[in-house]
Amino acid sequence: MSKKQHIVVVGNGMVGHHFVEQLSQSANAEQFEITVLSAEPRLAYDRVHLSEFFAGKSADDLAMTSMDLYQQWQVNFRINAKVDTIDRQGKTLTTQTGEVFSYDKLVLATGSYPFVPPIKGNDNPDCLVYRTIEDLQAISHCASKSKVGVVVGGGLLGLEAANALHHLGLQTHVVEFAPQLMAVQIDKPGGDILRQKIESLGVQVHTNRATTQIVAGDSCRHKLCFSDGEELETDLILFSAGIRPYDQLARQSELDVGERGGIVVNNQCQTSDENIYAIGECALWNNFIFGLVAPGNTMAKVAAEHLQGQSASFTGADMSTKLKLMGVDVGSIGDAHGKTPGSLTYRYEDQVNGVYKAMIVDSEQKKLLGAVLIGDTSEYDSLLQYMLNGIDLPAQPESLILPSNSDKPLLGADALPDTATICSCHNVTKADVITAIDEGAVTLDFIKSCTKASTGCGGCVALLKDVSSNELSCRGVEVKKDICEHFPYSRRELFDLIKIEKITNFNDLMAAHGSGLGCDICKPTAASIFASVWNEYILDKKHQPLQDTNDTFLANMQKDGTYSVVPRIPGGEITPDKLIVIGEVAKQYNLYTKITGGQRIDLFGARKEELPEIWRRLVDAGFETGHAYGKSVRTVKSCVGSTWCRFGVQDSVSMALFIEDRYKGIRSPHKLKFAVSGCTRECAEAQSKDIGVIATENGWNLYVCGNGGMKPRHADLFATDLDDETLIKYIDRVLMFYIETADRLQRTSVWMNNMEGGLEYLQDVVINDSLGLATYLEQHMDSIVGTYQCEWKTTLEDPKALERFKPFVNSDKPDSNIQFVEERGQIRPARPEEKTIAIVVQD
Amino acid sequence: MTTLAYADEQLSTATQSQRWVDICRQDQLIEDTGVAALLENGKQVAIFQLALKAQQIYAVSNFDPIGQANVLYRGIVGCVNSEPVVASPLFKQPFSLIDGRCVTDESISISVYPTRINDGKVQLLISD
Ligand code: SRM
Ligand SMILES: Cc1cc2nc3c(=O)[nH]c(=O)nc-3n(C[C@H](O)[C@H](O)[C@H](O)COP(=O)(O)OP(=O)(O)OC[C@H]3O[C@@H](n4cnc5c(N)ncnc54)[C@H](O)[C@@H]3O)c2cc1C
Ligand code: SF4
Ligand code: FES
Repeated sequence: MSKKQHIVVVGNGMVGHHFVEQLSQSANAEQFEITVLSAEPRLAYDRVHLSEFFAGKSADDLAMTSMDLYQQWQVNFRINAKVDTIDRQGKTLTTQTGEVFSYDKLVLATGSYPFVPPIKGNDNPDCLVYRTIEDLQAISHCASKSKVGVVVGGGLLGLEAANALHHLGLQTHVVEFAPQLMAVQIDKPGGDILRQKIESLGVQVHTNRATTQIVAGDSCRHKLCFSDGEELETDLILFSAGIRPYDQLARQSELDVGERGGIVVNNQCQTSDENIYAIGECALWNNFIFGLVAPGNTMAKVAAEHLQGQSASFTGADMSTKLKLMGVDVGSIGDAHGKTPGSLTYRYEDQVNGVYKAMIVDSEQKKLLGAVLIGDTSEYDSLLQYMLNGIDLPAQPESLILPSNSDKPLLGADALPDTATICSCHNVTKADVITAIDEGAVTLDFIKSCTKASTGCGGCVALLKDVSSNELSCRGVEVKKDICEHFPYSRRELFDLIKIEKITNFNDLMAAHGSGLGCDICKPTAASIFASVWNEYILDKKHQPLQDTNDTFLANMQKDGTYSVVPRIPGGEITPDKLIVIGEVAKQYNLYTKITGGQRIDLFGARKEELPEIWRRLVDAGFETGHAYGKSVRTVKSCVGSTWCRFGVQDSVSMALFIEDRYKGIRSPHKLKFAVSGCTRECAEAQSKDIGVIATENGWNLYVCGNGGMKPRHADLFATDLDDETLIKYIDRVLMFYIETADRLQRTSVWMNNMEGGLEYLQDVVINDSLGLATYLEQHMDSIVGTYQCEWKTTLEDPKALERFKPFVNSDKPDSNIQFVEERGQIRPARPEEKTIAIVVQD
Repeated sequence: MTTLAYADEQLSTATQSQRWVDICRQDQLIEDTGVAALLENGKQVAIFQLALKAQQIYAVSNFDPIGQANVLYRGIVGCVNSEPVVASPLFKQPFSLIDGRCVTDESISISVYPTRINDGKVQLLISD
């Protein structure tokens, strides 16, 4: 075989590295010898996430490769090796230190540098830029002795830099020459909203300001002087006024460069010398420099393929961006300024919530040309797909950006053409995802690792998931729902295995169907299934190691390791005597007492060793455990109903008590909340509960699958005017069907949202008995209801179980790290700085 | 009889500044979960006994450096890539029972104590 071609890569930024990876990992890798020369003191790192350096990431965290990895790839490299000159005749280059390298093919990936405007005084040591790790170290250092900081330049990077200064605690200003922020990406009204939002965060914005010079300040170290005579005092000046391509090497060796800089390349990324390629931010293609990493990566791929004799070509790239600037969502797509002749614009502005959306369409309103989104970018993915793929707009295009109470036409994963870009960072199309699946990738992780999609900025995760699941299910591949690495089954499958094979403990389950020791996901899931199916005491020796700490100690763990105590107070109804007992117990054990959002009382701050005594007093007074710790029924909220209320049409309290008594203690995939209201005024908020019951003149209306919490969902009206017996029958069936089929930690609301056929299907199963399961579901429920025990009562009767509540195996001393202070007449956990240091023993 | 348990193969003879201290009887441990023990110096140790690992006994610090509380013995034990771990009951990070590192954030780790069973008693190797 002929001798290896020597490829020298100048610059090891993000794009240079991508090139090295493409070539050294290709099938033809052994035909090449690769040498990389990096001007920086380290190999490639993730510049896109550079700002995370201020959030505590180290240079190592940001690294995209390592010396070890390059060695493994058999790539030669030098760091601190800035290249000074190229001799195109002799095909050699020389570094600053005088080292000479010869090449067969040369790849310039020198990127760009921050432009510092030629202003008098811009050379003082407090004038900084934002490009490399060293720059950020210098900013940190300078900020530590500064009070005020100014960013010169209100573009995308300038705002990111301003955010950093703001977080470093500086009083921060942004000075922009143009009349608006981010003039490249967004239109003027969008810029104005953005400005308002940013100013409301405490960063001052000065637009229309040209800085003429920097002189010594009065209250700060420096002062910016503007052309309009105004001045601004500052300690630190950060220039972010654009980037300039590093093209000195091209100039020195007389390659073609653009009028305003940049190394001219053709569609194969070759410069005017066919042996020299240029890629990334130093390259000028079609008179355009791409200041983003995705197009650079595409160039790297094209160059690597061309070197291997393949006919790849670069055809431009989309510059749309979506980002969060100081917590403000900003999106810019395509022709954001409506420069296309004949284009028309739709605008939506909501000054109350600071949301602005603009959509630019062609003269026939058929195709999307561009968009600007400020304050809410939830439509970004769909809009981008409309634009990139030239998908026809719906009849009322504006519906795409109007607030979503109306039914917004959704762009499903199956509607996307194969050419649709899913991940722009790695230029992965829908076709690439399909190919990966065809080649055997059956999980999302697998698809990610073979296509690299979603491993860049992460913005495409949701879309990738959609497309992959859609493709997988089209092929009848069941999308893997393994609960964890120890069991290749979903919760539902485990449930069936346990029931059908009559498995009653974890060791048997593991031996038959799993591997390893289990974990904090499969163990509690299995425990919950055992409880739902066999309903044994959850702290039975064989089940106890499976339980979360809350279940183990039958109480909820708090941040300091103490526990809360929640006795059941069904329907929120409580006698004065019982109230007094709670008060006495709280007083005796010095517990913080609070009325909860679930109509009962929570006592906080109990040490583990106190729990049995506390519960003994409560159980003696007739209380039962409230299962606040369990994935089980929490509360049945109720209003006072017809007994007292002049509007009530049924006795909601009695019904609530009956329901709470029937379902208490049942273990389910997630917690369950109920409510019963005495009339349609709905004071018990039943429509936000898993099971909601609302009285009518003729009986009860049943609502199912509501949720408050993280993602509220109104319950669906399931059946109307039911008598007591039918109501309970339906609830039995709905609950048991949920317990058997839901995923781990899936509330009824999400279960419903994912159910094929939705509400109608559930009604069919429960009301019309379409699966012939009704009797079975009721019987199963009856058997669980019949084996209820108050777990605290059982525990108090078992001396062995009580052993576990001792503070230590070898000592009765209390944990000295648990300390309280008083606030508003009650205790609260001491903060670290309030603790008595002497007795805090940490590791 | 002396059974040597985990980690003391390399350390079978305790050096001068180290000594084996009794903690409790082996039958006080609970299979597949943890117990807490208090050392003379005030430090707390979480001790686990795993049935599937041939009754091996593991001891790590009880202090959760992330949640800042003495709770690790109350975590669920299991494994990540067959390495035994305990998941903190507060925020669920898994800590290796072998070397104490936090498996999901290797910059964090907790101390590990060599253990053995001596005459039915659980002993830890403590450095003074
Ligand atoms: C004590 C209480 C707040 C209060 O001071 O009022 C509370 C406290 C906790 N809630 Fe809650 N929730 C409380 C009522 C609610 C309510 C209101 C209600 O039930 O009417 C909701 C919204 C309704 C709903 O769930 O649909 C609520 C939605 C949540 C969620 C979100 C659930 C979701 O599906 O999005 C969580 C997190 C979870 O369960 O994963 C949560 C979790 C928790 C946990 C368990 C967090 C934890 O793991 O430490 C808190 C511990 C309680 C303890 O230590 O005793 N809590 N929580 C309320 C206890 C009610 C009771 O008597 O049992
Ligand atoms: C703070 C920040 C945030 C950003 N955010 C995003 C974002 O969200 N999305 C996005 O797409 N892009 C973003 N970018 C832009 C992105 O980082 C660049 O597009 C990308 O890094 C360009 O890669 P490159 O390899 O062409 O250049 P660079 O990464 O700049 O690498 C060029 C390397 O070549 C070296 N070099 C130069 N001359 C020589 C020489 N003569 N000899 C040897 N070495 C030399 C340089 O020192 C440098 O290390 C951001 C940039 C910054 C600074
Ligand atoms: S829901 Fe009806 S019965 Fe209940 S308190 Fe309100 S008005 Fe009265
Ligand atoms: S678009 Fe950035 S990771 Fe896919």
